[in-house]
Amino acid sequence: MNEDSAGGGPSVPGSQWYDADAGPLVRPYAMTGGRTKPGPSNVRFDLIALVVVDDDPPGPAEESLLGPEHRSLLALCRAETQSVAELSADADLPVGVVRVLLGDLLESGFVRVSRPVPPAQLPDERILREVIDGLRAL
Amino acid sequence: MAYERSESTGAEDGADTTALALKILVAGGFGVGKTTLVGAVSEIRPLRTEEQLSRAGELVDDTGGVDQKTTTTVAMDFGRITIRSGLSLYLFGTPGQDRFWFLWDELSQGALGAVVLADTRRLEDCFPAVDYFEHRKIPFVVAVNCFTGARTYGAADVSRALDLDRGTPVVLCDARDRDSGKEVLIRLVEYAGRMHTARLLDTVG
Ligand SMILES: Nc1nc2c(ncn2[C@@H]2O[C@H](COP(=O)(O)OP(=O)(O)OP(=O)(O)O)[C@@H](O)[C@H]2O)c(=O)[nH]1
Ligand SMILES: [Mg+2]
Repeated sequence: MNEDSAGGGPSVPGSQWYDADAGPLVRPYAMTGGRTKPGPSNVRFDLIALVVVDDDPPGPAEESLLGPEHRSLLALCRAETQSVAELSADADLPVGVVRVLLGDLLESGFVRVSRPVPPAQLPDERILREVIDGLRAL
Repeated sequence: MAYERSESTGAEDGADTTALALKILVAGGFGVGKTTLVGAVSEIRPLRTEEQLSRAGELVDDTGGVDQKTTTTVAMDFGRITIRSGLSLYLFGTPGQDRFWFLWDELSQGALGAVVLADTRRLEDCFPAVDYFEHRKIPFVVAVNCFTGARTYGAADVSRALDLDRGTPVVLCDARDRDSGKEVLIRLVEYAGRMHTARLLDTVG
């Protein structure tokens, strides 16, 4: 874990600690302002965490302030409840980037994200049965 | 831990509308048929993930001292099988290369179970995956991908050669065949259910 990666150099005006050669290395995170970890709420979204749009989202004025990547993620969530992995695939963005962007959307109240169920609660037998029958029927 | 439950739905509508996502991993050595298997049972989509190499400091990295922040792109196989609205299986093919081991920890978190693909011509390639899931007590089945030209071994031979715990299922399969792939998944879900029940009984008794 390197906490220094969040909110480091690039956000400080004029501190060009990276040069042209470093470009491709940091580029994926350009749209997150160089952040590689989600914001203060520090959620770590599981790949299969499901993202839904909030029932009571901020108004259009706030939405218009969102960047294009945030908006495209939001549009995908509106179309259908999606897993983090699918959002990454559909938006054609790396998972790490999607996590940061989702952190922003979560904090500003645009989306909600499912929480992992405590370890003790595996899917009950009924659900596993349903999965098995479902697979057979495919 | 094996699934994600969306709390956003269902609160008023009852439990059945609660969305469930189950995660299954597909692991195994290089070129053993992971991508083929995921593709056979599901739609397949490329999934990219950027990882900080520095975060994976425990990796054996030939580049020596990693003092720059670098990210690496890893492609993972990714598929989905919708059982019904609100209940889906997600398949993740884990990268075969050793240097991406750190991804496994993230992928295996909360996984229902794993399929370890094996090729009898290079059985040892799946040792690391078998070790990994055994140590973490993640239910797995070994699926022997029967490449044409490879000598066919019985499931019991493979089980012995891999020194598997008793009860770990070994299934012969053809990764290219959808029905065969489905059968592998069914065996895994059945086994995961049995393992879970056994553990519950353990904690009670
Ligand atoms: N004959 C035969 N060929 C297979 C079978 N399964 C996979 N192949 C072929 O073997 C090759 C490797 O399969 P992949 O599915 O790409 O293997 P992989 O495990 O994803 O490989 P890496 O991601 O590179 O580790 C491909 O050319 C497949 O077409 C099988 O059951 N029989
Ligand atoms: Mg592959």
